[in-house]
Amino acid sequence: MEKKKLSELIEDLQFDCLAGKSLLDKEVVSAYVSDLLSDVMGKAQPQMVWVTSQIHKNIVAVASLIDLSAIVIVDERPADEEMLKLADEEDVVVLASKKSAFETAGLLYNYLKMK
Amino acid sequence: MKMQFDIAGGDFSAAGGASSEVKKTLKQLNIPPATIRRIAVALYEAEVNVVAHAYSGVMSVEISPTNIWVQIADKGPGIPNIDKAMEEGFSTASDHVRQMGFGAGMGLPNIKKNTDSMELKSVPGEGTTLEITVNFN
Repeated sequence: MEKKKLSELIEDLQFDCLAGKSLLDKEVVSAYVSDLLSDVMGKAQPQMVWVTSQIHKNIVAVASLIDLSAIVIVDERPADEEMLKLADEEDVVVLASKKSAFETAGLLYNYLKMK
Repeated sequence: MKMQFDIAGGDFSAAGGASSEVKKTLKQLNIPPATIRRIAVALYEAEVNVVAHAYSGVMSVEISPTNIWVQIADKGPGIPNIDKAMEEGFSTASDHVRQMGFGAGMGLPNIKKNTDSMELKSVPGEGTTLEITVNFN
């Protein structure tokens, strides 16, 4: 898969950046889709973006501990303000996609495997 | 080097704090990133177990030049059947905890997979003690 910068990815896929705006030069290698935190902890790899509908504070700790490039919250789920504040403090990027998890994953799949 | 952290049962907003501190320390010690990741995954799962199931717990960490040893001892309901608890997919987490994306029954298996040794002891009605070691090389 092609490495992309978060800044390019956000623009090309029309995601919004909700937290970690100064960190968009991070690179993305792939993505992992799950709403189970232990599944993500066990299987997602560094520099992946994590597609989820979870919006509580604990997703920040997960993303930070395993060095994910960003969290992508799907389907216009209302992101918790405290979670976004924590993400800014912990240098975790939080993005939002207006599409469902299925469509968001599809967009990322096509985008990241493309040259 | 020794470190110790208190973990409050039920306080999900603070879950991951101790793991995060240990991770920062290991980074400063230039431990390889893949090893730090294994330790971070194991400690986070252990921390979440205390938050989700116990009343309180203490994480004690000892870092030597060759490995890290961590004990997580909690006061709580304990585990009646450890073999069952180790099974992937088995969980006794509440609905509330599951809605947050925890309680998938993957925590203890994740700890086992990411450590070089793991010992789990429990006295039902009193609490649970987990000891893990991860080697640096």
